[in-house]
Amino acid sequence: MKKISLVISIAFAVLLSACSREDRPLRSEPVLSENKESIALASNAPGPGGPVEYKTGTRSQYEKVAFQVSQGKKLFSWYNCSGCHANGGGGSVPALMDDVWIYGSSIENIAASIREGRPNGMPTFRGKIPEDQIWQIAAYVRALGGFVSSDVASSRHDEMYAHPGEGRLPAPPNRTSSQIGLAEPK
Amino acid sequence: MRSRANLWIVVPALLALAACTGQQSALDPQGPQAHRLADLIWIFTAIGAVIWLAVMAVLLSALIRRAPERPDPLALGIPTERRSVVAVALAATATLLIVIALTAVSYLSQRRVYAKETSSVVIKITGHQWWWDVNYESDHPDQIVRSANELYIPAGEPITVKLAASDVIHSFWIPNLMGKQDLIPGQDNELQFTADRTGIYRGQCAEFCGWQHAHMGMFAVVLPKDQFSAWRTAQVAPAAPPADPIRQRGSEIFQSKACVMCHTIRGSSAASRVGPDLTHFASRKSIASATLPMSRGNIAAWILDPQGIKPGTNMPIVPLASDEIDPLASYLEGLR
Repeated sequence: MKKISLVISIAFAVLLSACSREDRPLRSEPVLSENKESIALASNAPGPGGPVEYKTGTRSQYEKVAFQVSQGKKLFSWYNCSGCHANGGGGSVPALMDDVWIYGSSIENIAASIREGRPNGMPTFRGKIPEDQIWQIAAYVRALGGFVSSDVASSRHDEMYAHPGEGRLPAPPNRTSSQIGLAEPK
Repeated sequence: MRSRANLWIVVPALLALAACTGQQSALDPQGPQAHRLADLIWIFTAIGAVIWLAVMAVLLSALIRRAPERPDPLALGIPTERRSVVAVALAATATLLIVIALTAVSYLSQRRVYAKETSSVVIKITGHQWWWDVNYESDHPDQIVRSANELYIPAGEPITVKLAASDVIHSFWIPNLMGKQDLIPGQDNELQFTADRTGIYRGQCAEFCGWQHAHMGMFAVVLPKDQFSAWRTAQVAPAAPPADPIRQRGSEIFQSKACVMCHTIRGSSAASRVGPDLTHFASRKSIASATLPMSRGNIAAWILDPQGIKPGTNMPIVPLASDEIDPLASYLEGLR
């Protein structure tokens, strides 16, 4: 009898834990957090040594939250990223769903590309897009590239697309499971 | 204890009475369609009440009256049995007749409520989470007016409202003027109604559409015909460029911050259609879909912390320096 009630209460606990999958942080972080994630800087010191990257890693959590990725997807179309990037397929500018990343594929680098702009066409959105939204869009761009795990990337579109939702796309062959946030198969 | 009990009776009674008149009530009809619907409500309520009272009376009399003594309980053809057969047959016939009559009444009024007329005012309303995009259509592109969360209409003229949705299903309902109609993504619905009396009536999204469904209100402002055309002429005009230095600075802040990514102010370079059109923002009566009354303080509060006022809204917190909010609020407050 005791065993049965234990099983039932564990089952309930499991059920209840399913009620809150993840948090939806609605208020962005304090206003002046903009430059926390410094990116590739060349050192002033003499001698050899490439650029140094400083990352807090906190913002990389954005791509582990389905809410942030789907907000990024909405903003991607609202801010007309598709005007040049054509839903990730690349129109007049580099594609976002292939495996070529001129300025790096990490979420910090993508956010920096959005915030600061890049040569030959990518405008800077510093000050125009609030910082947390930049990270949401960067997380979605990661999803377009197949870096985001399939339970986080959305499985459907609100509009008509030629391809299934990012969550249902097969991961590109050269991405290992650890790169998309899944446990390595044993 | 007694006063607590009284409260339980008085408060619902007051609430019930309060619903009978006012800014947002189907029982205070202000147009022919709304009158038909209110008549239907009263006819159904009255007939339902009479039937309920009759049933209760029969039930009471059955409880009170003693059954007559019967010498032989198994005897057939006694007068009581005959009488009850007649009573049941009468009741069944009456039920059938009442149902048919109510169906006919309902059908006839609906035919008149949804009758189509030609109308000179055509408004396209698109539902968003959680605001209303209001477009006055016209054959002349320079006469198209885009506004939000407010429906200005001339009294005594049939209005056509085209309904669409951009994200989820919403429902358009101004109880004083017309019954509700859904806004469905991918399907265009249409509704026609006329407002007889001038006044301001509140509307509300009537289909649960997410977290801030309750804060998705709107106002219908019914004006005399000449005032309506004056309003429309004023709305067609672009926003006047600000004259005083504080408002000029506010305009610069608007153009250089995230505001410009979503909002339109005709007459400036802000031209994005994601959020509400702000060209004549301060001529409206409320902010954020009838959530806050229009005032300088509320404008500033809404910009500084939209997520505190309406959690989940698509308006983000825009980082502003402490000396930026005042010019920005002044600029917006001057967009009349």
